[in-house]
Amino acid sequence: MNNENIIGHKTDYEGAKIGMWIFLFTEMVLFSGLFLLYSAYRSRYPEEFHSAASELNRFMGTFNTVILLTSSLTMALSINSIRTGRKGMSLLLQSLTSFMGLIFLVNKYIEWSAKISHGIYPDSPGLMKYGKGEIIFYGLYYLLTGIHGLHVLAGIVLIAVMIVLTNKDRVSSGRFVALENTGLYWHFVDIIWVFLFPLFYLIS
Amino acid sequence: MPGPGLYFLVWLGLIALTALTVIAAGAGLGAYGALTSVSIALAKSVLILMFFMHLKYEKTLIRALLFLPVITIAVIIGLTFFDIGYRY
Repeated sequence: MNNENIIGHKTDYEGAKIGMWIFLFTEMVLFSGLFLLYSAYRSRYPEEFHSAASELNRFMGTFNTVILLTSSLTMALSINSIRTGRKGMSLLLQSLTSFMGLIFLVNKYIEWSAKISHGIYPDSPGLMKYGKGEIIFYGLYYLLTGIHGLHVLAGIVLIAVMIVLTNKDRVSSGRFVALENTGLYWHFVDIIWVFLFPLFYLIS
Repeated sequence: MPGPGLYFLVWLGLIALTALTVIAAGAGLGAYGALTSVSIALAKSVLILMFFMHLKYEKTLIRALLFLPVITIAVIIGLTFFDIGYRY
């Protein structure tokens, strides 16, 4: 990225991106702490983690992984489109990205509902009959997928804001760092899911 | 900066690695199962970081900054496992 493209705008292109990366570092530490909690308990209760994980819907988890990876592709393409001055295409791709984010959340809602209707939710009487490792597994499942879901929701809101800004030409081929930073956030949320998916859905 | 063609290739790679991790999980690798799935997840993250998040094309400063959280997290994870390894 050369500076010619941003002359005339009072923005600090590199600074804006460095700021976003530093924010993402704090997010990495947040999720790492939770993953560490997961691995410490998994090494303590390996069998119970396995039997609890086998009750999760593997197809749904795989489907959601493909959805998020594809939404990352459309996000990257939307930034490429705005760089090359194709506003309409970028708007379409941004809309597709947030739509896929919504599908992800709907699937998550269906999954959580199925578990809750079976009486499995934190501190539920049904769950308390299970072993300690299973209780911890489901506690971590709701905590991690819940926090991740909130991040997806935040990403969808951010992309919605970007759609409005792009429409008003406040995000354009000459000034797109806001959209780029939104993309960084969205890809980061995707990376978190890349780890969540095998750790919760693929142990058996 | 990468063009649409490269983005599609990276996406194909990510889908292929997802298929691989699902197949590997069904293969019953036992103790190596967790190692395999975390390795594949790391490979997918590197693809996303380098190409979708443009780290491959960024200036040295941003690329070098990434070592900060990675080293911090590695130390925290290492020390915690050192602890729980001797606790039980």
